[in-house]
Amino acid sequence: MPSFVITEKCDGCKGGDKTACMYICPNDLMVLDANEMKAYNQEPDQCWECYSCVKICPSQAIEVRGYSDFVPMGASVQPMMGTEDIMWTCKFRNGVVKRFKFPIRTTPEGEANSYDDLKGKDLSSGLLSTEEADGYELVAPTELA
Amino acid sequence: MALPNKPVGELKVVREPEVEKRDVDVLIIGGGMAACGTAFEIKKWADDDTKILLVDKAALERSGAVAQGLSAINTYIGENKPEDYVRMVRNDLMGIVREDLIFDLGRHVDDSVHLFEEWGLPIWKKTEDGKNLDGKKGQKAGTLKGGATPVRTGKWQIMINGESYKRIVAEAGKKALGDENILERVFIVEILNDKEDPSRVAGAVGFSVRENKVYIINAKVMMVACGGAVNIYQPRSVAEGKGRAWYPVWNAGSTYTMALRAGAELSMMENRFTPARFKDGYGPVGAWFLLFKAKTVNGLGENYAGSDAAKEELEKYAPYGTAAVTPTCLRNHLMMKEYKEGRGPIIMETSKALQTLGETMSKKELKHLESEAWEDFLDMSVGQAGLWCATNTEPEKKDSEIMPTEPYLLGSHSGCCGIWCSGPEEDWVPDSYKWGYNRMTTVRGLFTAGDGVGCSGHKFSSGSHAEGRIIAKSMLQYLKAEGDKVTGFAETDQELVDFVYAPVYNYLDNCEYTTAQDVNPNYCKPAGMAMRLMKMTNEYGAGTGTFYMTNGKSLEVLMGLFEMFREDLEKIAAGDLHELMRAWEINHRLYTVQAHTRHIQFREESRFPGFYYRGDFMGQNDEEWFCFVNSSYDKKTNEWSLKKEPYVKIISD
Repeated sequence: MPSFVITEKCDGCKGGDKTACMYICPNDLMVLDANEMKAYNQEPDQCWECYSCVKICPSQAIEVRGYSDFVPMGASVQPMMGTEDIMWTCKFRNGVVKRFKFPIRTTPEGEANSYDDLKGKDLSSGLLSTEEADGYELVAPTELA
Repeated sequence: MALPNKPVGELKVVREPEVEKRDVDVLIIGGGMAACGTAFEIKKWADDDTKILLVDKAALERSGAVAQGLSAINTYIGENKPEDYVRMVRNDLMGIVREDLIFDLGRHVDDSVHLFEEWGLPIWKKTEDGKNLDGKKGQKAGTLKGGATPVRTGKWQIMINGESYKRIVAEAGKKALGDENILERVFIVEILNDKEDPSRVAGAVGFSVRENKVYIINAKVMMVACGGAVNIYQPRSVAEGKGRAWYPVWNAGSTYTMALRAGAELSMMENRFTPARFKDGYGPVGAWFLLFKAKTVNGLGENYAGSDAAKEELEKYAPYGTAAVTPTCLRNHLMMKEYKEGRGPIIMETSKALQTLGETMSKKELKHLESEAWEDFLDMSVGQAGLWCATNTEPEKKDSEIMPTEPYLLGSHSGCCGIWCSGPEEDWVPDSYKWGYNRMTTVRGLFTAGDGVGCSGHKFSSGSHAEGRIIAKSMLQYLKAEGDKVTGFAETDQELVDFVYAPVYNYLDNCEYTTAQDVNPNYCKPAGMAMRLMKMTNEYGAGTGTFYMTNGKSLEVLMGLFEMFREDLEKIAAGDLHELMRAWEINHRLYTVQAHTRHIQFREESRFPGFYYRGDFMGQNDEEWFCFVNSSYDKKTNEWSLKKEPYVKIISD
């Protein structure tokens, strides 16, 4: 199901040096045609359909079309990202539509606690920093062969 | 109109790239779950003046195997014992595993899961009256760390709402390490050894996929964690659908190849994973088996896995085959038997499963159950949802086919190939398993985690993160004790640029000879080489084309084809930066899949039926082969060596 970009909706992320889809694609597939100011998927047969580009596009210009070698035409699966949830619209070939909403995170974006002030004490021990801080004791196996 | 003998990519290559040099203490190669674990942990132990750099081929926010998300965390020990975790992994991988590494992982993994929850990953909870709450509603029940009960699908798995799993984990890693210490879109292609002591690492070289720039990095200690290997065997879909790999298609074997070429010993590279998944879309089946209790039947509608013939077949592989949980490879083996004897396809009866569950549920609960089934796909394998929509498959009404995929190489999921690593420096770890620093490879100063660590599968996303954290400490221990012994590498800047940009020179020197750039007798292109590699492995190396069957003669043919392939790689050409990335990926894939098939050639038995078979050595031969197989490669002489390595049992039955 390679991603595709709808010509009319893509604005090339308004002239930044990289587009959102280019920034995010884990396989370096999305590129910007600087003359047309439009992005496109340069290698559809290496698309994992991870939807990273679809989810991040600020113009909702990217969708996914089923792989030509085994997917019948006419269906679509499209997400809408929120800050706490994702909404999916799944359209069947026969017209059935299903919608689902799932939580994606329980904290505000950017607020994952990275424990910047935590400093480990004993580098030679087998304990991880938060384990050491919690007073965890390293266990050794007791049920030996 | 101009002739099509020009590069097609947007970012053209130039003959003289810029060179950027970095000098760091610690280099982290990779950006997936393991590297994010290291990124989170390392500064908590490092001196303030320690220079650390993380280099990712993609963007940390969505790189690695968890880029798309996940619907479950497959390793959470919780109420279980780490000893039982070792027993489960050992049985699934047919007995030969590194129990020290597995136990070590088991005693740390929950700490990472607790962090994920604190960072914002929604984790499902069980209420006191046995109902499932999703990760948002489940917050009322408290945290796992505080004693709340997760929703288990199996003994070790817990359910999550994991669409943003990687974004959350990457966010914490990035914040902890600092943006200024992270290079994205830079592909490291080769590790460099120390000029005075080649058994030690001293640096690495790579290039930007965004600008014509080669990165030359001096480092005293480093980790390589770039995932497993995908598209090394011809996939069942060979056109557009070859991107719909089960494991991430961008995993090019870089972990194994870079370590191997630096002199590290690989171990159990013969082990592979050919997961049975929903056909074509490769959506997960775990929730269907474990949560919804679905059954599979053959083309005749028979419950083949429960038949007397199946029991008899499994008894041949005792004690693994007769254990309470049948090993993954043997479940595949039973499936292969059905195909070969003409009783395919294999169907998962989703409709019956949902009907049965529906008998005891209210309408609202059933609706929720349907939503859970779809979320399983939408969180981690959206394409499968797309395929169901396109084929009008409502699982309560229409069943779906499952099928084993093409082979994948990995060390973190239900496979255990990888690099031979030192275990923890503790009394209970046998001497032959430890040589100084936890998870250091046999090359001094080179560490790995996640898919990189061999002989210890079933760590999955959470275990890979925890392992990345473990080696953060190990690397700093090495840096303190031996960092000043590193003297730098011998290669000059120009030699390294010539090495990395060789495909560019091949292209620029020859592209105008023909009128169309893709067909030129003076060079080969990555796209064609990718298909050539996958064709030879499929036909001779136990791919899907032969029902995973090979033998000594086929492997001998394959080794001959590999050698010509390796020579031809000196003529691979790249006209744009994306193609240069592909050129290097195919190089990494070659060495990795060669290691895999050389191990199969060396191990004269069929240890993992259902994953692959040696037709000339069917069955297990415990007398000769109850041991690891380790390999190494000398890049100066192009010579491989393979050997047996003794297995030591640590945990009782």
